[in-house]
Amino acid sequence: MRFAFTDEQAMIAETAKAFFAEQATSERTRAAMARTGADDALWQAFAAELGLAGVAVPESEGGVGLGMVELAILAEEAGRHVAALPLLASIGLAVPAILAGGSVGHKARLLPRLAASDLVASFAEAAPGTTWIDGALTGAALHVPHGARADLFVVAVAESAVLVERDAPGLTVTPLTSMDQTRPYARLDFGAVSAEPLADPAAALVAARRTGALVIAADALGGAQACLDRTVAYARERVQFGRAIGSFQAVKHRLADMMVAVEQARSAVYWAACAIDEGSDEAAFAVHAAKAFACDTYSDAAGEMIQLHGGIGFTWEHDAHLYFKRARSNRGLLGTPDWHREQIAALAGLDDAA
Amino acid sequence: MNLGFSPAEEAFRADAAAWLNAELSGPFADVRGLTSLTEMPERRRDWEKRLGEAGWSCVGWPKAYGGRDATLAQQVIFAEEYARAGAPPRLNHIGIELAGPTILAFGTDDQKAHFLPKIARGEEIWCQGYSEPGAGSDLANVRTRAWREGDEWVIEGQKVWTSLAQFSDWIFVIVRSEDGSKGPKGLSFLLVPVDQPGVTVRPIHQITGEAEFNETFFDGARTDAANILGAPGDGWKVAMGLLGFERGVSTLAQQMGFRNELDAVIAAARANGEAQNPLIRQRIAKAEIGLRLMRYGALRMLSETQGGKLNLAALTYKIQWATWRRDLGELAMDVLGQAGETIAGGDYAFPALPNLFLYSRADTIYGGTNEIQRNIIAERALGLPREPRGDLK
Repeated sequence: MRFAFTDEQAMIAETAKAFFAEQATSERTRAAMARTGADDALWQAFAAELGLAGVAVPESEGGVGLGMVELAILAEEAGRHVAALPLLASIGLAVPAILAGGSVGHKARLLPRLAASDLVASFAEAAPGTTWIDGALTGAALHVPHGARADLFVVAVAESAVLVERDAPGLTVTPLTSMDQTRPYARLDFGAVSAEPLADPAAALVAARRTGALVIAADALGGAQACLDRTVAYARERVQFGRAIGSFQAVKHRLADMMVAVEQARSAVYWAACAIDEGSDEAAFAVHAAKAFACDTYSDAAGEMIQLHGGIGFTWEHDAHLYFKRARSNRGLLGTPDWHREQIAALAGLDDAA
Repeated sequence: MNLGFSPAEEAFRADAAAWLNAELSGPFADVRGLTSLTEMPERRRDWEKRLGEAGWSCVGWPKAYGGRDATLAQQVIFAEEYARAGAPPRLNHIGIELAGPTILAFGTDDQKAHFLPKIARGEEIWCQGYSEPGAGSDLANVRTRAWREGDEWVIEGQKVWTSLAQFSDWIFVIVRSEDGSKGPKGLSFLLVPVDQPGVTVRPIHQITGEAEFNETFFDGARTDAANILGAPGDGWKVAMGLLGFERGVSTLAQQMGFRNELDAVIAAARANGEAQNPLIRQRIAKAEIGLRLMRYGALRMLSETQGGKLNLAALTYKIQWATWRRDLGELAMDVLGQAGETIAGGDYAFPALPNLFLYSRADTIYGGTNEIQRNIIAERALGLPREPRGDLK
């Protein structure tokens, strides 16, 4: 039992931290926001320089062969800078679906390209009423993260999981002006689109939702930590009434509460990552806990960041709104905190006979 | 990063569990499941001694002082099994968690050899004399004085909120040993026998109706000149010495107790139908999550601790568990409803869950209030400036 990074994990964290600090700058993120919400140069560098785009894909499938802890480390560091990357869509959702549920052919054809970042995929939860009959998909998916940037979609339709190519006849991809422009949504309309089923849809959907929730939780952890760090730095230098505002207990106590929450979120995220890696019985519980807790923590921290910065925190120029909007988006994707807590209530035995 | 235990560690777990079960279903069945610290004190003393005899009292301490040299993982395992077995809260928890580790860190070889084995064997119970009527959150404002007379220290003054002093053999006190000194300077850390004419212990009844803590008066109390930890004037340093590592392990035991409390709340909610109330379900889920995050937070704290230097996250631990438990007390009452507010019979002694609601108000006060914890986190972990000090006397 050792609930701390190994030397290798610590090195990955250091490297990723430096990589995103240098490259995922506010300026570049804002440039990406004005386009597709993806910084393509960053995405390429993520694969080529960092070499970790295939982090949790086995080496035999063209990946790096690491696990959920390492994936969480990357998501945390990307989240710290609200990086405009299809990390969740492609690495957090589509890749685990294909890895867990794809046929041998799907894996051989898609995983090496996804792991090399020369293919971007996303994951779409089909809207109610969508049908997949005789290989034809009809209906829509309303909120597909980085959908306008993706080359390929894994679509969850009822109990099935199917692959849809971006250029498939009958598919319409409509970019949506999204509150969080660093991870914008697109709407997909399926007009009898030819779609290929994954071999094991149940495994694909469990893996996508579980890994995706973990990646969101880790992103939320990194974002919340950044909100705390940046607000602490501001509170130390901003002077009012002849004192640094961080010396007022009305301010410092709120920052202390943020740290208490962020540290718990950190425990939650890496517990969940470790539990999945170890195949623990607690994995489902841990992922629900991490998703609910880290998303709440991020929302609170981003809101406090705006409040404690005062007027400057409300400007477009300041980065606070990027965090605030990402935090909002994280809550809604793959189940709200309330929904995840309800799953925990059931797992805790509240429905058992008295 | 890994969360599993090795086969050898699991074997250790089985040994610990078997021993605890045998004792608590045999000679110590009467103390099994006790939650209050004041019930059956004589049997609690016997239990401390039994743990000591069998080497299960202070498992993480060096063997030379009566411990077991247990590894971190073994300490965690023992703490978990201790609570899982329904073993009672430790009457000597202050000796084991505070006095002992402080003596280990700051004591001379003679002091260690003299005091530690007696703590480990359950022969001497300890309490803590920190707070005073004028020194609560502002602990450095202590006024209890001590001075040397011949081969002894003489102590005058008053301590308050001294938990378990009525059962204790020794008290460690922070005293002002330099006349005219102020704040954290000029303080000393003395070890004082309780059973002497100069020490008077008066119980204080608390909101639960129990009397776990006391006022302790020192009126010409004496202790041997050798019974000082650190040098005269070093008292503050000794008192503030970070004991978090030991606390880290004991908090894991504490959490298993919390597990039992949350289970009781869940059982009550299932029994009266509140388990189907969506708002109660959310709060129970939050409590479940919070409990796990305490466990994994403590494991992180212990795993990341290098050479006795704690990670900064350790500073967040106290406010976290205290607030969690206070919230649980409120949740318990909301689950129980008015049924929780009454008891049949005359004594003002509420059952476990209503008592938790009352008792847990203390958790966010003792050992540094939540507000003091926030100052500590903000100043030590986040590097924010201190609040300027006022000058009212």
